[in-house]
Amino acid sequence: MTSGWSWFIAIVALANVAGAVWLLLANGRAAAGDVAANKTTHVWDQDLTELNNPLPRWWFWLFILTVIWGLGYLVLYPGLGAWQGTLGWSQAKQHATEVHAARELQAPRYLRFATMSLDQLARDPDAMGEARSLFANGCAGCHGSDARGAPGFPNLTDNDWLYGNAPETLVATIGAGRLGIMPGWQAVLTDAGVDEVIAYLQSLSSTPANPGLVAAGATRYATFCVACHGVDARGNQVLGAPNLADTIWLYGGDTGSLRTSIAVGRQNQMPAHEALLGPDRVRLLAAYVLSLGQAAEGGGSNGPAGGG
Amino acid sequence: MTVATQTYNDRVVRQFALMTVVWGVVGMLVGTLLAAQLLWPALNFDIPWLTFSRLRPLHTNAVIFAFGGSALFASSYYIVQRTCHVRLFSDRLASFTFWGWQLIILLAAISLPLGLTSSKEYAELEWPIDVLIAIVWVVYGIVFFGTIMQRRIQHIYVANWFFAAYIITIAVLHIVNSAAIPVTWTKSYSLYAGTVDAMVQWWYGHNAVGFFLTAGFLGMMYYFVPKQAGRPVYSYRLSVVHFWALISIYMWAGPHHLHYTSLPDWAQSLGMVFSLMLIAPSWGGMINGIMTLSGAWGKLRTDPILKFLIVSLSFYGMSTFEGPMMSIRTVNALSHYTDWTIGHVHSGALGWVAMVSIGSMYILIPRLYGRKEMFSTKAIDLHFWVMTIGIVLYVAAMWIAGVMQGLMWRATNADGTLTYSFVESLNSTYPFYAIRLLGGVLIMVGMVIMVWNVYRTVAQRAQVVDVAIPPPAAQAA
Repeated sequence: MTSGWSWFIAIVALANVAGAVWLLLANGRAAAGDVAANKTTHVWDQDLTELNNPLPRWWFWLFILTVIWGLGYLVLYPGLGAWQGTLGWSQAKQHATEVHAARELQAPRYLRFATMSLDQLARDPDAMGEARSLFANGCAGCHGSDARGAPGFPNLTDNDWLYGNAPETLVATIGAGRLGIMPGWQAVLTDAGVDEVIAYLQSLSSTPANPGLVAAGATRYATFCVACHGVDARGNQVLGAPNLADTIWLYGGDTGSLRTSIAVGRQNQMPAHEALLGPDRVRLLAAYVLSLGQAAEGGGSNGPAGGG
Repeated sequence: MTVATQTYNDRVVRQFALMTVVWGVVGMLVGTLLAAQLLWPALNFDIPWLTFSRLRPLHTNAVIFAFGGSALFASSYYIVQRTCHVRLFSDRLASFTFWGWQLIILLAAISLPLGLTSSKEYAELEWPIDVLIAIVWVVYGIVFFGTIMQRRIQHIYVANWFFAAYIITIAVLHIVNSAAIPVTWTKSYSLYAGTVDAMVQWWYGHNAVGFFLTAGFLGMMYYFVPKQAGRPVYSYRLSVVHFWALISIYMWAGPHHLHYTSLPDWAQSLGMVFSLMLIAPSWGGMINGIMTLSGAWGKLRTDPILKFLIVSLSFYGMSTFEGPMMSIRTVNALSHYTDWTIGHVHSGALGWVAMVSIGSMYILIPRLYGRKEMFSTKAIDLHFWVMTIGIVLYVAAMWIAGVMQGLMWRATNADGTLTYSFVESLNSTYPFYAIRLLGGVLIMVGMVIMVWNVYRTVAQRAQVVDVAIPPPAAQAA
């Protein structure tokens, strides 16, 4: 801010306050020639009149008090143009101070966590307590409070992994994010070809909607889909290509959803979280996701369909 | 000019007064639907035009500018004629403001559900409608100030000061904030960018509260309270001080909507400090109103209209204290983005603005139709109680919900993480949304009672005769 603007702001603000105070003081007590408090003056609309009672004292002092308070605040805090205030407060400093305090608090914990493997972290109640809160606030919006996902958002409690669940893979997925793209094949396959591929995929996981198309679909699959999804249709975790031979579907296994997936394609993004959370918390979350999978293994049941 | 045979122009007042009731019902009905949608989201029926995002601006525009605006037009046109002892400056222009304003409301009711929006809160309408608003508003100013200039009593009555400030300031605020570069007939981009845009928006937004919802309705109060109480205004001196202090200090308060944002610290501080200095100037109007009623307390037993007016002044005093408190940085850090804000807005909008408008309409409408009073005084009393209970339920529910949300959002565990997820705070808010809906339904019931009462009053009217303008009284001083 140039000093010209700074003075402008300060002068206009203070002049307004001074004007209000002058007005208050000038009318604070009756002067010679004033209409008496209990006398009315003009008459409007036949019976509308005004008294001239003095300003209530408590109100007068309330006004003065708020002005004194306001001026005091403007001495202590930034407000009058470039004046920074005697306390040296700024919202940026306040933020930095609070972040610093939180880091101080967390530093010893994260030092301990850094020495532990993800498997150890996944079994550490202290670490998982923090991870649960992080998940509830940072991940549950898409993956659900129970981590079972939703159409388009993978279920994290089953054993089906788009990119794998090796510790370093989970850290990479959460920290750097993922961009999943399935191209649209309508132009190449045409309507009939899409229907055939759908029938073939359904035959791999369940009863196909149209068994007569399965064989033709298998041929098309071997030509166009095999490169990413593999010969056995079990996907490719290096590319993030989903396993198509199980009953788990990211976008749904019904004919309509499959047609959209194949004909139009899909584009999906797991946002990168390292810049937001920092590497320590990314590790905690990776361990938390591991713990979800371990819980599922222990219980012997997969999550409901819809993830993957 | 043959003064003796001149009459007041009450035609335009009648039109605006009836539309006040109509738009009150429409605006509050949309509000009630929105309250129900927050409880049962399926009530948008998967129809884009009925989604919360599109109906919310329709609700705010309908209650502020259609209901509140019509009430202000009606009362300012009525009051300026009565207190100047002249007919409106121009019947034609006055009629233009009525039809122009109704057209604007109609266009808003169509364009907002279609999703056409400039996305500026309380200024969502797209640029062609903004241009129309500016034209109608300038004409409004010509009619009002033209009437003032022809007045037959030299001293301008206090209500007219407030109307004058409101008309001038709203013109400036609207034109500056709505300045935009049109792309098509239905799309434009703000002339301002980034933080400046936000600052201009809240300079507008908060002064819309200060000059539309405060100064305008204080004008209404300053006429109808002394009239209905049959008492002189308590203190001319207080009027002078609080008027000038209010309008000058209000101008600075906008930045308190932008605490802890990219707005520079100094602007935030000035917004907060001036907001706090607003307590006394705001309360000046409340004191003048309540002290005017003092000495006529006995009338409260028999006159439910006075109950509307006294309760509106109480809500006014409460929300003009609450507002400055919420503008304090540390309080705002808790209250901002929570339902506390919604509670605060509605204690002002329902408790003050709607209550004083409805009370004033109950005085105005029978007079406009040649009757001494409304068809049913009992129905006014019933309306008062149903509405008061509704507002208290609404506001209390939102206060509790808001403070609870603020505390839940900032609660942290020993490990530094947030204790609650957002959805947990939503879950805890759910019962309060139900109480709020109940309050809203009660307020709606009150409006239905009013519609019935107004209909019976208007339908039973004798010949509507134009009121002859009485000569100004001989001056006492």
